Amino acid sequence: MRISACIKRVPITGGRILLTEDARAINTQHLGFTMSPHEECGVEEAVRLIEANKGDSVVLTLGPREAVEQLRDAMALGVDRGIHLQTDGREWDGEATATALVDAIRADEADHGRFDIIFFGNESADSGGFQVGIRVAYALGRACVTGLKKVTLQGASVRCEQEVEAGRDVYVVPLPAVLTVKEGLNLPRYPSVPGRMRARSKPVSVVTPIRPDPRLELVSLAVPAGQGRRAESLGSGAAAAPAVVELLRKAGVL
Amino acid sequence: MSVLILTDGSDASRQALTLARRFGDPVHAVHMDAVAPFAPDSLAAILQQVADELNAAAVFAAGTDRGNEVMARLAARAGLPLAANCVAVTPGAPAALTRLRWGGSLLEEARLHSPRPLITVAPHTVSIEDGPEPIDVDVARFVEELDERDLLVRASDHVAPQNGGVSLTTAKVIVSGGRGVGSKEGFAIIEELAGLLGAAVGCSRAVTSAGWRPHSDQVGQTGTKVAPEVYIACGISGATQHMAGLKGAKRILAINSDPQAPLMLNADYTVTGDLKEVVPAITAEIRKRT
Repeated sequence: MRISACIKRVPITGGRILLTEDARAINTQHLGFTMSPHEECGVEEAVRLIEANKGDSVVLTLGPREAVEQLRDAMALGVDRGIHLQTDGREWDGEATATALVDAIRADEADHGRFDIIFFGNESADSGGFQVGIRVAYALGRACVTGLKKVTLQGASVRCEQEVEAGRDVYVVPLPAVLTVKEGLNLPRYPSVPGRMRARSKPVSVVTPIRPDPRLELVSLAVPAGQGRRAESLGSGAAAAPAVVELLRKAGVL
Repeated sequence: MSVLILTDGSDASRQALTLARRFGDPVHAVHMDAVAPFAPDSLAAILQQVADELNAAAVFAAGTDRGNEVMARLAARAGLPLAANCVAVTPGAPAALTRLRWGGSLLEEARLHSPRPLITVAPHTVSIEDGPEPIDVDVARFVEELDERDLLVRASDHVAPQNGGVSLTTAKVIVSGGRGVGSKEGFAIIEELAGLLGAAVGCSRAVTSAGWRPHSDQVGQTGTKVAPEVYIACGISGATQHMAGLKGAKRILAINSDPQAPLMLNADYTVTGDLKEVVPAITAEIRKRT
């Protein structure tokens, strides 16, 4: 069985987002980086499927040179190797990202065989375009199910549970398939020290796709107004309890 | 020039309609239940054909899970860019728009270079304006001619939600705990207060990542977005990931030993102190009065 997971490097934004001077990006000078939360679950699921069924797992990312850190993170969880679509750090829109990924996936499949499942996050944490996985599936002519909270192999098919307002909808689609997942699909393992050590020597191949002019073009970013409400202190410690109860009463919830 | 909208009749769809009217007249509508059970590729196929026949200037939908999903499929099959979760749009070449990033923690100004803008509108961000009602498209003939491939992905069954406790999405009060709660067992005092208030129990991402609570309790960008009358945040620092889930909360009460925690600065009311003292004291005070 062959499984791949596609991930995106994003900053860990903490409590307050600061922008660069030109307001075109987040000022990440003092920030750490991670992969989007949904994608972490896609990586974990890929590792579990290969552990259970044997085979080969690959993690792909499109991003700057430093995004190799996130490939190593995924390999520390158990993914076998990485493919880095390296960029100069500029923003790529969802359409261009999908096109580059499709080229890389096709090239890898030509050498190693078809992926049974390609995992994506339902949407990235930062740009939230809701589209890259669907575009890749469409270009490859494969079934795509989105927003998944549970994935179960059933022979040559996969049973998928999609989160909806009241419960979950169930889809059964044939493999190969592209699945976009949400956090809660599983609880990703914490990478072990030996896992991190092994990840250092796992192979990462690098390709440098050419960035087309984006058709969804970022002009600038802004922090929305209205953040930083004016908090009223109800006191400190246990002594504040009567004021809290008064607040609950006034709000009509007690 | 006409405009096409994918609608489910909800307020979110009416907000999308409000922005769609700026791109042309009349607005034609395809309903989300045109193909039942839900088959997203089929809806995308129908939208594409209808948009071509009407020569639609743009296609709109609400930025709900389903709206975004169907529009992404339309974008993929039509070879067009998609702008998801917009809050403002101005027609033109390129179209100018404002859209949400980071679950609403950032706004992006963008240009959409497309012969037919495909746009989803972020729910609860636009005030609904009155205007001419959209004209329903008769989709019967498109449904009949659907390609089998477009019916491959189709909801074939439904699993009911697991009962137990108050639902986060509909709760009037939520008592929520963060890393400051300290452990799985530490949630006992949160649960006790929640029980007394008829409230739902929530938590931050740090808590679900640690395995203290199930992911279904998580409030935030990658968890549940909530809209209670009162949100009581206990020992939650207030990362943007968490705040993205709180935009609908009417009143936020933060209890934290660190007065500089982001959530303390973004709350309506604060109590400075150790939640392990403050929360039981609130519980005791309610018991005393009832």
